[in-house]
Amino acid sequence: MSAAGNILIIGAGPAGTRAAEVLVGQGLRPILVDEAPASGGQVYRRQPPGFLRSTKLRYGFEASKADALHDCFDGLRERIDYRPDTSVWSIENKTAFTLGPNGVDRIPYDALLLCTGAVDRVLPVPGWTLPGVFTMGGAQIALKAQGCAIGKRVVFMGSGPLLYLVAYQYAHAGAKVAAVLDTARLSDALPVLPGLLIGGLTLAKGLWYQNWLRFHGIAVRRGVRPLVIEGDSRVTGFSYRSAGGQERHIDCDALALGWGVKPECQLAELAGCDMAFDAMARQWLPSSDAEGRASAEGVYLAGDGAGIMGADAAEYRGELAALALLADQGKSSDVARRAHLKHKLSRQMRFRIALERALPYPQGLAAAQPDDTIVCRCEGVTAGDIRLGQSLEPQEINRAKAFTRVGMGRCQGRMCGIASAEILAAHKGVPLAEVGRLRGQAPIKPLNIAIGGAAADDDPDRAASI
Amino acid sequence: MKAIETEIAIIGGGIAGCSTALHVALRGVPVVLLEKRQPGAAASGVNFGGVRRNGRALEELTLAKRSIDIWHTLPELVGNDCEYAMNGHLKVARNDADMEAMETHAKAQAEYGCEVEMISRNALLARYPWFSDVAYGAAWCASDGQANPRLLGPSFAHAARRAGADIRENEPVAALEKDGDGFLLRSENGLEVRARQVLNAAGAWGARVAGWLSEKVELWPMMPQLVVTEPVPYFMEPALGVVGGDVYVRQIPRGNLIFGGRSGTADLDEGFGHAITEETLCTLERTVKVIPRMADVNIIRLWSGVEGCTPDHLPVLGPSRTTPGVMHAFGFSGHGFCLGPGVGAVMAELLLDGETKTPIEAFDIGRF
Repeated sequence: MSAAGNILIIGAGPAGTRAAEVLVGQGLRPILVDEAPASGGQVYRRQPPGFLRSTKLRYGFEASKADALHDCFDGLRERIDYRPDTSVWSIENKTAFTLGPNGVDRIPYDALLLCTGAVDRVLPVPGWTLPGVFTMGGAQIALKAQGCAIGKRVVFMGSGPLLYLVAYQYAHAGAKVAAVLDTARLSDALPVLPGLLIGGLTLAKGLWYQNWLRFHGIAVRRGVRPLVIEGDSRVTGFSYRSAGGQERHIDCDALALGWGVKPECQLAELAGCDMAFDAMARQWLPSSDAEGRASAEGVYLAGDGAGIMGADAAEYRGELAALALLADQGKSSDVARRAHLKHKLSRQMRFRIALERALPYPQGLAAAQPDDTIVCRCEGVTAGDIRLGQSLEPQEINRAKAFTRVGMGRCQGRMCGIASAEILAAHKGVPLAEVGRLRGQAPIKPLNIAIGGAAADDDPDRAASI
Repeated sequence: MKAIETEIAIIGGGIAGCSTALHVALRGVPVVLLEKRQPGAAASGVNFGGVRRNGRALEELTLAKRSIDIWHTLPELVGNDCEYAMNGHLKVARNDADMEAMETHAKAQAEYGCEVEMISRNALLARYPWFSDVAYGAAWCASDGQANPRLLGPSFAHAARRAGADIRENEPVAALEKDGDGFLLRSENGLEVRARQVLNAAGAWGARVAGWLSEKVELWPMMPQLVVTEPVPYFMEPALGVVGGDVYVRQIPRGNLIFGGRSGTADLDEGFGHAITEETLCTLERTVKVIPRMADVNIIRLWSGVEGCTPDHLPVLGPSRTTPGVMHAFGFSGHGFCLGPGVGAVMAELLLDGETKTPIEAFDIGRF
């Protein structure tokens, strides 16, 4: 296969779809690789074939946006090289290695648009590895895609826009919501009200969900501090400290937890993008300019994978990055439209900053975990293990990984990387940025050994033996 | 900045350097080690983890034996067993010629007190039914073992510090020059160390340091690349390597399989090795041909690292031939992990006593 002119988009969510739309509009035929069986991303995930619930039922206020995006994609489908059910597990020398229904493939590219989206940002809490504990996004996907609830009596705990939305969606669908417990305090929101007001409709919807929950008699508590998820073989209850300092207990058989989402940036790292510490997100993100150009030549970033801004912004960012790509390739690119998109995004960013402050990530929570809390689920590494570091005094997080196995398992630190860095930094008494980040390594997700049969046999030395 | 005064300066914080630092410090002699990144971060920390004499060059066997004796004392010596386990090693033949060559080597090894048992195909499959029929037979060395490379270098560095060694991290040495009756070392950050003697334990960068002393050694970077799987039920007690080196596998008791056989890429100036995806696919394919049951397992990570390889695949150990007062210990050519602890003991003797009873003549830098 020749790389000449190949434009590869990874991710068929809002950003990837809008990017493809722009490119197709210029007569190009991008390759669009997506892990999911159907387009839409996580936010506008489609239901499996044969499921008949209406978009209104599944997406609520966002139904018209979901329909518009799905319609847009369906209109593009024949004009792009679309590869669903296909994950990219390595990027090297401007070639993406994929695994799809037909096995391993290699896609050389000239330009790469990474629209890799986000994954739940979770923090360890005692008991969080018990069956019955789900991430907030996972709980939402179960409901949105398959019409399943994660339990009969569900506690929602964490913070961020998803907390109230998912609790509302569960209650609305008829599930029993035992409580909605927000680690943010109301007083966090007050100083940033002007910024929040930029959000307009988005803010209004958020407030509406909260009020709907209260109106329907569901306990909504702010300023809570999680203590322990209880249960022997599965979740039976949850204890927390209230804003007033009292210890409280709730019976439940399932718990959804999460503190917003975090970008999926492993592929950006493998593609050679510079990473920089983002103080607001408290994590390392791939650097890009205002139009989505990454530091690596020919690589563009859009959507939440480039830093969390939400689904609406992802559509703008996908369109903008594709326009930037066209401009860089000397093709026709609407300058006025780019300026307009950048203006919209800068407003969204102000809202985003206010939202981060109003619903803050609980900075001290991971670092305050007792020594016996499991932080790395894959390898069973506890907070105490990270602090002790085999007594070998790791200075940064990759050394802690080498000594303790934290972040070394199936998820490669996607779940525990943030918390383990927080714990190490707090233990050493240094700023979070100083302990660095877990370096990205292929394969970014577990990969079956049997795919090795796809090895390129162009080296006679290889073909000779065995 | 005032120069640090010391007796012994060591360039490179791999196992050889850190073990030497420990052995020197244990004798109460001042020692400063300059490591460009962190102890055990290069080849010492990212290798396969084999601790074996099976199939090893005869010249290295006495040194390897001395080292393995030290491996057994790691908990007392460095406070950590580094997951060392004497589970044995199988060198697997693919054909009659392999078997014959191994048998000859086994007989020669016996003269060094290293017992190696030849196992026929039927006996091999009876003992290890998970081999495919690619396995034609094997050489079995029960006194071999395996360990966790990520722990060895740092554990030696830690123990050396406790014994009084001054281990400096993130101090790449930029210059080494004669200074009176000793030497002056300068790091890229401007740190200066004045020492009476110097050990070049700079691994893949060892030839550069030798070059500063007008000693020419051919040293090629080699980048073995490795893969690790998710944990699966423990079935493979011994470590194994197929003759020719293109498949080697071990399993740790928690279940992960670690295997390799192909090479990655590296840029010595940048300092890191990188795995090559296409080569990984090749490793997967070849490994499954030897151990078919691994086909069902998922890999979760791959990596590579940089090592220095000499023309005869033997290390450079011993005094510089141009500059009295400088010793070399580098170029382990992909099998220095087992040797590292012993190399430190030997180098400490050479530095402090001027001699060692362990034969190292074959590793003289003057042989090239």
